[in-house]
Amino acid sequence: MKFWIVSASAIVAAIALALSGANEYLFFAGFVVLQAVVLATGWNILGGYAGYVNFGVPGFVGVGAYTALAMHLLWSAPLLLQIIAGAVLAGLLGIGVGLLTLRLRGIFFSISTIAVVFILEAIVMNSRFLGGATGIQLTRPNEVLFFDSYTRMLFVMMAFMAVIALSIARYVQDSHIGQGLRAVRDSEEAADCSGVPTLKLKLIACAISGALLGVAGAPMPMYLSYVEPLSTFNLHYAVIALAMPIIGGTSHWLGPLIGALILGTLQQIVTVTVSSELNVLVVGVLLVVFVVAAPDGVIGLVKKWKTSSK
Amino acid sequence: MFFSFELLFEAVLFGLLLGCFYAAVSLGLSVAFGLLDVPHVAHPALLIVGSYGAYMLGGWGIDPLVSGFLLMPVFFLVGMLLYRFYYETFESRGSAAGVNGLAFFFGIAFIIEVLLVVAFGVDQRSAEADYIGESLRLGDLRLPYRLLVAAGVALVLTVVLTQFFSKTFVGRAIKAVGQDEGALRLMGADPVRIKQLAFGIATSVNALAGAMLIIVSPVEPTMDRIYIGRTFCVVVLAGMGSMSGTLVAGLVLGITESIVLTLFGASWATAVAFGLLLLMLGLRPQGLFGR
Repeated sequence: MKFWIVSASAIVAAIALALSGANEYLFFAGFVVLQAVVLATGWNILGGYAGYVNFGVPGFVGVGAYTALAMHLLWSAPLLLQIIAGAVLAGLLGIGVGLLTLRLRGIFFSISTIAVVFILEAIVMNSRFLGGATGIQLTRPNEVLFFDSYTRMLFVMMAFMAVIALSIARYVQDSHIGQGLRAVRDSEEAADCSGVPTLKLKLIACAISGALLGVAGAPMPMYLSYVEPLSTFNLHYAVIALAMPIIGGTSHWLGPLIGALILGTLQQIVTVTVSSELNVLVVGVLLVVFVVAAPDGVIGLVKKWKTSSK
Repeated sequence: MFFSFELLFEAVLFGLLLGCFYAAVSLGLSVAFGLLDVPHVAHPALLIVGSYGAYMLGGWGIDPLVSGFLLMPVFFLVGMLLYRFYYETFESRGSAAGVNGLAFFFGIAFIIEVLLVVAFGVDQRSAEADYIGESLRLGDLRLPYRLLVAAGVALVLTVVLTQFFSKTFVGRAIKAVGQDEGALRLMGADPVRIKQLAFGIATSVNALAGAMLIIVSPVEPTMDRIYIGRTFCVVVLAGMGSMSGTLVAGLVLGITESIVLTLFGASWATAVAFGLLLLMLGLRPQGLFGR
């Protein structure tokens, strides 16, 4: 119950902010932070709960973005429909990658997911309809609901998506799926032997995780009014989607949220005040520091501090 | 699509040269990942560091291949330290499997990329030597010397390493540690020290391989991403830890890539390695020569 009250007030706050006269840049940057929440939460369902590291985040983001683009070009579909289609296709991609590689050990799964990124990128590069290597410039539709600008509407919509992603992650964690996935992470052989349907659970996790990553990517064409393969299939998405849950803590649905809020905000500040290259460096360094010194993330640190102070 | 047998012949020939080169750049990974089972996704990033090392020394008029040899001891040390650190933080605590080890090396790879961007900028860099830019003419055929040089060095390197691992005491010890660590410990040997040595060797190969890379083509900081595909493809194709298989797998990749390049153009060529890798993992994960 507490979860829903907090979620509802977060969304009300987002809407109120979007209706207020706040600076436009706030929404431009806020969208990125909220997108990071969706990315991190989506990644964590497979990576954190089951321990399968997906490096192919840009592939899923790209499928989301280019599905949305195709929907826009073909039928000038409304934004919500674009996002749903992006989620469905990215979820299917998740199942496909899972079917092909989940019988393999972890590292092979991870390497395969990188492969998916480059193969999808090559397909888009060679598709004239999707803009090829040069990309496509878009004009945003005029409908902005009752907001002042399209960016404001996207911001509110991403807030909705973040809440949906978090509630899915929370549900999965508490359900039998989450229990099974944790068993897979701790020892897949033991889980198999005790009758946990490991392959089925992993495929479910792949589908949900993939769909959420697709959701994070789907609004990108409208957000930038421009799509182009190099930045869409950029491995930066993979580092941030990996770094944020690890920084926050991978075992709980709150971890990715904490990591995304910390890292997303920090990134925005560093990009504005220093440079965008340094902002990637910050992500890399924080990732390595946490993996080495605090593998359970901020949540783990807080727990440790609580038990030691008792 | 224009097609002729001369074209195909040329593509295969180029592929053979390219393949020797791919085998050489994958040898280090074949040791680090194939034999020692370390999820070393930062290996290709260190390869690019090798290329930039050759570029830097090239500023003093040193031939890239000579710089490659000069940098080998430095890379050897870096490799030893990297493994030691990895061992202390993950393997000895039993937390290497799953997310941590992979995330660690992925993070390292990105840090290396950004540092290269900060130090050298995002522009392409190339090396200078007499054999770069010239071609050997055989009738209508033109074979660039730089590919010939790289392929030659690569072949020698592959043979030397294969012999090292099958004939010398240290080489066989490294193979043994890859096969059964526990048995080695029972024989009174220290597996960690042997692994550290192996990792040093794997990394030092990168110094020379990186020099070859900058001879073959200009380099840029984010190039390691493509080489993640190429090197892992070769190692998986060869079968984990098979040295002689590495050469054959390199040739398979080189020829396939070269044919695709000729028939369909450059935009598909980078996807070849990743496609082959996926195909192999889906159909025959133990590789061509795997046990």
